Amino acid sequence: MNTKDALLIIPAYNESKAIGKIIIEIKNQLPDLDILVVNDGSIDNTDTIAKKYGVDVVSLPFNVGYGAALQTGYQYAQNKKYQYILQMDADGQHEPRELVNLLRVIKNDQVDVVIGSRFLSECNYQASWPRRLGMIIFSKITSLIIKQRITDPTSGFQALNHRVLEFFTSEFYPSDYPDADVIVLLYYAGFRIKEIPVVMYSALNKGKIHNGLKPLYYVFKMFLSIIMIFLRKKPYFYRKENKL
Amino acid sequence: MTPHQKVFALITSIVILLFILELVRKRKIKEEYSWFWLLIGLVIFILVIWYDSLLFVTELVGSETPMTTIFLFGFLFLLFVNIHYSVKISLFTEQIKKMAQKIGILSKEIEDLKNKEKEK
Repeated sequence: MNTKDALLIIPAYNESKAIGKIIIEIKNQLPDLDILVVNDGSIDNTDTIAKKYGVDVVSLPFNVGYGAALQTGYQYAQNKKYQYILQMDADGQHEPRELVNLLRVIKNDQVDVVIGSRFLSECNYQASWPRRLGMIIFSKITSLIIKQRITDPTSGFQALNHRVLEFFTSEFYPSDYPDADVIVLLYYAGFRIKEIPVVMYSALNKGKIHNGLKPLYYVFKMFLSIIMIFLRKKPYFYRKENKL
Repeated sequence: MTPHQKVFALITSIVILLFILELVRKRKIKEEYSWFWLLIGLVIFILVIWYDSLLFVTELVGSETPMTTIFLFGFLFLLFVNIHYSVKISLFTEQIKKMAQKIGILSKEIEDLKNKEKEK
């Protein structure tokens, strides 16, 4: 498959142990794919290791959060005029072999966003029960709002096209953890979303999110964000020009 | 209001005013952030020398005593200041995020340009 018009964005925060292995695996799968690691102010040598493995690295001067790091990658991709974006986490959760599927679907199907869902596939994904509960609640809510079955709104394993890229580099993007709220937002902006099954593992590097009081805050924030999407002026960004 | 209370309140208001003005003079507080602190000093000053105004406001809001009025408005004032700061902090967070993103991308571009130069 031609991968010249695609960029893989990997936001990384203190992932010096995992990043090298992941890059090698990706290069085995898709040798010509351009890869950008966004080093989100890591205090270890994530950036030098990534550079050593021959990928582009954008280093942020300090930690700005997963969402903001990802958005930096979007801005970079937009400057370089990439047509398709792949994104995956640097912690070993996402299986590099799935990238080909994501890319194929975003290129060939009439969709703007492809979400890799761990719950559509037969995988043994392990999560603590509060986290699992949160995921179920928000996948149900999201499905209800966008009138389409969404099983894994939390997934950071995604592919998108340049139209969504343009949308995400505008104001509308959360700094911390893009989640169900972003999917609802995408729906209201008129983008077409598709979920495909992917293999996902429990993160090697535990304690990133959803620990302690965080699940509670997460639930609160997600409700607030979704309600705010309804209260704000709808971003009819793309729907008008949606000729497909 | 006893003369004792009056003197104490006057001194307090004058100290607040002078302290804030001094901080502004030394550029420790920007002018645009000093006005509400100057306002509170001024309000205390006015309430002391024109005690009837406090009694009038007390009547207006239905407080039992003038003291309650002072605490009520003091509390509301601090609430307002804190909300104002939350708005400012949100603005700064957004600006800092954008700046960090820009710095990251620009550094990368400079690095790429330098590498290109070397290859030539």
